[in-house]
Amino acid sequence: MHVPDGFFNAATSVSAGAVAAAGVAVCLRGARRELDDRTAPMAGLVAAFIFAVQMLNFPVAAGTSGHLLGGALAAILVGPYTGVLCMAVVLLVQAVFFADGGLTALGVNVTIMGIVTVLAGWGVFRLVTRLARGKAGVTAGAFLAALVSVPVSALVFSLLFWIGGTAPVDPMAVAAAMGGVHVLIGIGEGLITAVTVATVLAVRPDLVYGARGLSRRLVLRDADGETTVGGTPGGADEPAAPRGALRPFLLGGVGLTLVLAGVVSFFASSDPDGLEAVAENKGFLGQASDHLFGSWALADYGEVGGVPVGVAGVVGVGLVLLVAGGLAYAARNRAGSRARA
Amino acid sequence: MTVTPVSPASSETVNSLEVSRLAYAYPDGTQALFGVDLAIGRGERVALLGPNGAGKTTLVMHLNGILTPGHGSVTVGGVPVRKDTLKDIRQRVGLVFQDPDDQLFMPTVRDDVAFGPANAGLRGAELDRVVTGALARVGMLDFAGRPPHHLSFGQRRRVAVATVLAMEPEILVLDEPSSNLDPAARRELAEILRSLDVTVLMVTHDLPYALELCERSLILSGGVIAADGPTRELLADEELLAEHRLELPFGFAIPSL
Amino acid sequence: MGAGHRHELYLPGDSPVHRLPPQCKLLAVLAFAIVVVATPREAFWAFGLYAVLLAAVAAVARVPAGHVVRRMAIEVPFVLFAFLIPVIGMGERVSVLGLSLSAPGLWAAWNILAKATLGVVASILLAATTEPRVVLLGAQRLRLPSLLVQIAMFMLRYLDVIVGEMRRMRVARESRGFAARDVRQIPVIARSAGALFIRSYERGERVHLAMLSRGYTGSMPIIDEMSASVVQWASALALPAAALAVLGCAL
Repeated sequence: MHVPDGFFNAATSVSAGAVAAAGVAVCLRGARRELDDRTAPMAGLVAAFIFAVQMLNFPVAAGTSGHLLGGALAAILVGPYTGVLCMAVVLLVQAVFFADGGLTALGVNVTIMGIVTVLAGWGVFRLVTRLARGKAGVTAGAFLAALVSVPVSALVFSLLFWIGGTAPVDPMAVAAAMGGVHVLIGIGEGLITAVTVATVLAVRPDLVYGARGLSRRLVLRDADGETTVGGTPGGADEPAAPRGALRPFLLGGVGLTLVLAGVVSFFASSDPDGLEAVAENKGFLGQASDHLFGSWALADYGEVGGVPVGVAGVVGVGLVLLVAGGLAYAARNRAGSRARA
Repeated sequence: MTVTPVSPASSETVNSLEVSRLAYAYPDGTQALFGVDLAIGRGERVALLGPNGAGKTTLVMHLNGILTPGHGSVTVGGVPVRKDTLKDIRQRVGLVFQDPDDQLFMPTVRDDVAFGPANAGLRGAELDRVVTGALARVGMLDFAGRPPHHLSFGQRRRVAVATVLAMEPEILVLDEPSSNLDPAARRELAEILRSLDVTVLMVTHDLPYALELCERSLILSGGVIAADGPTRELLADEELLAEHRLELPFGFAIPSL
Repeated sequence: MGAGHRHELYLPGDSPVHRLPPQCKLLAVLAFAIVVVATPREAFWAFGLYAVLLAAVAAVARVPAGHVVRRMAIEVPFVLFAFLIPVIGMGERVSVLGLSLSAPGLWAAWNILAKATLGVVASILLAATTEPRVVLLGAQRLRLPSLLVQIAMFMLRYLDVIVGEMRRMRVARESRGFAARDVRQIPVIARSAGALFIRSYERGERVHLAMLSRGYTGSMPIIDEMSASVVQWASALALPAAALAVLGCAL
């Protein structure tokens, strides 16, 4: 599903690039808070792990096979912030070192396969684990999270394709085809994710981000037998089991949806081909500056063939920056209140 | 060289390493250490013997503050291992890990050896001098520009020793130094270790290697120090060895002095 | 997808392109890709000239055509998709060799094929002439967040180690008669994935410990300083500049 150059028009690529950059920026802060100075080596190794499991092809139905996306898996195992970072670095490395996925499409790829899969996966996982506790809840949550994350990612792809795809294909047909195939792939992804998480849970439960917090008392063994002393396993350095992180991610999901919905409704009534022609023939930046300060009622532009694509990009980027800023602010407040508590 | 018994450090002879009443459990709840006591004098080469799972690696992780004791204390060259002394401690304790791939994380051999001294603030010509010196001491100078994963296992182990030597430590701690080495690489490493003028703590279950390199040995078993004495005497005590799942290789006889 | 990733893209050499500082090359390739994407699809000759520009770079860099072509296999899935567009596309139909195809669909297919191919070739040339660790130094010079660069550095360092562990697990599975045929085998694969995660994570912890042991406090020491001269910038940016000139003529 790595999108190459030329698949989306320039405005969509730039907007998605801004979404990706904002998302990664938020996650850099979040991951640093979770992992501290361990961020670079831990996220690097987990990224290498994700890269490796993406090479696992699994049979879907007779004759076809899919491969793991890994976004939901990363979110559940190492947390949503680190998860997004790992996915972003995997996609970056694939684009720059393996020529897989276009450089100008990097923003689209990071948004669809990194941010959306992690957001959707983590959101579903947290909802399920709130309803059903214990290891069974974690496993079920992992299955559903991964199952949902894949078609959601495919649908966001279809949505972007509708907004800024360069091919004149019926968007509903794309959504139906992408959605259908990816529900099947999602079942495979869900199975693999659930069993992987359950395996880790059985051996090193402390490594599963969503399911931490088992500790026993220390024992001293000497000539007098065993005595129990104070002190915690792992020493004083271990951070408290991180909890929550649901609200910022739900906020993020809502924000992303709003942004996309806004941009979509903006374009919905206009002809995508017309848009694209304008973008390509006239150069969208010049157009954007003409219209940026003009009077523009969004609804009116439906009739005009030449919607200033650049304006849409700017609006989208602005909205995204607002959402990302709010997200970061909310996350910081949470961290602050936790530190005080 | 005299064997220093477990005793508090006097003002004139500061021990390189002292561990007292050390206990620790991992975050998953498994307790590995149950009150370890030991002391190593300056300039000594000591082997820490023990079966798999005895807590050897866990103990090693405490020596430079990677793990924080759940209970008890560790002192290096008179400096207690605490949060505020970590920077100093890590300069004094050179850890060589069991898997050189864990230790060689930088893109090239040179970058890797430079990592420690660069963190200590060295730059430019001074940094080059230290890196070159460390690589020369382990005979790996010709490989400075190579990526670590293109080296043989023995070469990687030697570079790992160089990364630590570049820090000019007070005590060198090696975790299973002879594991996975072929006989030639094993002999080369022994020659390098003998040529170094630092305190060495060698963690191993390779008994002949301990006998070859260290006069004194400790046996760690079940998370406590079970025996402490001259390597030759400990290895001659078959009952003691059997009790702690230690065995000399088939056909090996302790050579007479 | 997996198969394509196992090729080593870097081709050691000492050409003028190899010697350019990485930050110049990265920016040049990115700018080139942007110019290509912004080019109207009707300008056939412009795409031809872009291809000539890339061929010139390849010639200067002494990267053989075969090296590039073999690695272009990465595009195949989207080439297939591109061929599908004229069949399922909307809009007026034209008849080609007895097939009824969508005219806008044909345009779209050409557009994707041309731009994706040029983008892939440019990326391959970058990767073929620049060592991965040097690319990362360049990315750092271009003010990419250093944490991101470090993560990528660790990922590249341990990629082979982890993929090697995964291979050994597969060999272990298959030597005991296991073959992934249908959905029922998924749990077996997934349990290996779980084990692989634990190994990767624990290795990450050990690497972090090794770093701490040598005085790591959260930021990488700068060992190499790489600065680029004006001449080097100019020669690297000649590629996107030439492309931009072509685009200017095309508009």
